[in-house]
Amino acid sequence: MSAATLHLLLAAAMFCIGLAGALCRRNAILVLIGIELMLNAANLNFLTFWKYGPQPQPLDGPVFVLFSVAIAAAEAAVGLALIIAIHRRYRTTQLEEISRLRG
Amino acid sequence: MENLAKNLWVIPLLPLLAATVGTFLPRRLHRVTAGLSVAALATAAILAAAAFLSVVRGGALYSNVPWFETGTLSVRVGWILDPLSAAMLLMITVVGTLIFIFSTGYMAEDPDSGRFFCFLSLFAAAMLGLILSNSLLLLFICWELVGLASYLLIGFWYSRPPAADAARKAFLTTRIGDLGFLVGLIWLYSESGTVLFYDQGAGCLEPAALSGIAGRATAGGLALGTAISLLLFCGAVGKSGQLPLHVWLPDAMEGPTPVSALIHAATMVAAGVFLMARMFPLVALGGSAELPAPALVVMAWTGALTALFGALTAVAQTDIKRILAYSTISQLGFMMMGLATGGPAVGMVHLLTHAFFKALLFLGAGSVIHGCHGEQDIRHLGGLRRRMPLTFATYAVGMMALSGVPVFFSGFWSKDAILHSLSHWAPSRVPFLLGVLTAAVTAFYMTRQMIYVFAGTSRGPDSAHAHEGSPVLTVPLGILAGASIALSAVTTPFRPWLEHFLSPASTPSESGSVWGILILSALACGAGLAAGGILYRNLGVALKTGRDPLERWVPRMYTLMRDRFRFDEFYRATLVKWVGAAAWISAALDQSLGSVFRDLASFAASAGSWLSRTVDQGVLNASFDDGCQAARDAGGLLSRTHDGQPQRSLRILIAGVIALAAGLLFLATS
Repeated sequence: MSAATLHLLLAAAMFCIGLAGALCRRNAILVLIGIELMLNAANLNFLTFWKYGPQPQPLDGPVFVLFSVAIAAAEAAVGLALIIAIHRRYRTTQLEEISRLRG
Repeated sequence: MENLAKNLWVIPLLPLLAATVGTFLPRRLHRVTAGLSVAALATAAILAAAAFLSVVRGGALYSNVPWFETGTLSVRVGWILDPLSAAMLLMITVVGTLIFIFSTGYMAEDPDSGRFFCFLSLFAAAMLGLILSNSLLLLFICWELVGLASYLLIGFWYSRPPAADAARKAFLTTRIGDLGFLVGLIWLYSESGTVLFYDQGAGCLEPAALSGIAGRATAGGLALGTAISLLLFCGAVGKSGQLPLHVWLPDAMEGPTPVSALIHAATMVAAGVFLMARMFPLVALGGSAELPAPALVVMAWTGALTALFGALTAVAQTDIKRILAYSTISQLGFMMMGLATGGPAVGMVHLLTHAFFKALLFLGAGSVIHGCHGEQDIRHLGGLRRRMPLTFATYAVGMMALSGVPVFFSGFWSKDAILHSLSHWAPSRVPFLLGVLTAAVTAFYMTRQMIYVFAGTSRGPDSAHAHEGSPVLTVPLGILAGASIALSAVTTPFRPWLEHFLSPASTPSESGSVWGILILSALACGAGLAAGGILYRNLGVALKTGRDPLERWVPRMYTLMRDRFRFDEFYRATLVKWVGAAAWISAALDQSLGSVFRDLASFAASAGSWLSRTVDQGVLNASFDDGCQAARDAGGLLSRTHDGQPQRSLRILIAGVIALAAGLLFLATS
């Protein structure tokens, strides 16, 4: 198995773990962690395709991933702030108890 | 030999593996986790001893490996094994193993002790990585990791609010210093182009890079080397509890006592001193014996003030662990002074001896607390001399080593070396006088503590039924006490093996002046012991009035010292208030700006709805309502899928994505 395949498998495993967390966890914070894990799996894929791709230009992949990490950090901050706001209002972070969007 | 340098990473890896495996073990197997942690660190101690012996025989070595490359930038990290790191390595693994063993007894009844040992092992791994790293970047990463472990362990009993607050306080306070460290690191990298310490002539601590930095000035006429050193010193101030960032260390005593012994006395808080010793070629750049580098002058003064402040505050505390915490602050000040005035060897020798006897004192305090069912107030203890004879004997050894009782105790010799280098310091004699005064006060507060805890008769229900702990608790105490005495064999000025090992270049001091300082230091210690003994000889009678004998003698000074010179109150009235005000302003802005936007949006929406209503009534007629009804029915059907459960929506989304991917795959293959 080539190094690229191994990296992609690792990323796929990370993505699946993150997905399972985001789908099955009840606590909003743990769902957020699952989402972060999926995002990082995507970043890892990005780097793998850059590194083992046909024409790896210096810095192409890492710069994109750095941007993605920076945006993910901002997103995590917003997500956590939302969770705190929700906790203040509903006194819970259990997702199934927060169902005001019911149609 | 070369293989040794390449495989140094095994030493930090062992405790890290123990921490990883322990994390996945179920909670009821906490004994297995504890055993794994002890075994991993004990193995690391054996490897460390082998590494130490090889350095004694053969000198320093290092090896660097590439970490990552992006474009033209290549970052390398490495491991270094020189006398400095070898001595630290041996000290940390040996003291750490003893404290781990002590913890298995101390934490035996805690159902969460598995988590405790995972954190302890994580800490040990990070600390070992810190001292072995040959790169300032790797050192910084480990530096932050030990900070994290310290946070986790201070807040180990996180359900108790004081512990959670203390953990946050420690994390935030040290972060202030670390910001300086990070800026200094980046600056050093941009100036020298490398973060490796030693790299065959190209490292940032080697002559080529140093001569590139020397002689250059920054804005305001500050030398470049001084500016970077002072920034790095900020990190050391935060980590090593120097004034004015010491406020977190006493509160850190909320953690379990073995943590206080390992992290907040013996190893982590000494990391700041170690950092300055490691960076010493840069810090001392451009100085001479008559005119030391400005960064060293700042360090010496900070250390002197911290030493005296810590000792004076320790005099008036009543919590057995807080006394030791302030004593640690004071001794860290001593180390900084020694480092700044006498070179890395002088400071590091005191660091090493202090690690043994302060770990001993903290574990002794832990044994007292364990024996007295959690009682920590020395006013309610007393008379433990007979009930806990082993603890008493070993604690007395630690107390005499810390006070600097002459000849047999390592603390005397290492403190004496610091006083000796202070007495020869050209810029000022004041730090020397402060040092002698601190030595006397140290003997005084340790006498006070000994009399409170061990002499007389018991003054509380818990100490009346005190009992000596199991051998798991007392054997580490005995070994540490033995080491506190034995270390004096290699630290005396007549045979300063350890000092020469740490810094082969240091010149032996003139023999004539050695005796003067020795006698002075012994006199200071004797004065402190005598004053403590006289003042507290009738403690039982004095305490009937509810006041400390010293409090009756100098009430105002005592109150000031008991309130820790009101540092916390000062910060609360200034910094905390300012941050609170900034947060309040932000919240108010958020509210008001938010409402402006809300008003705008609602105005736009109502204008739009007015327009649409006019158009609706004018253009569309009731026949459309039938269509609406049909749509509403369909919508009602669909709205059942919108049950407000975000995760169900997410599942539908994922199912869609998978269907899409399957479709694409099908199209691509067919």
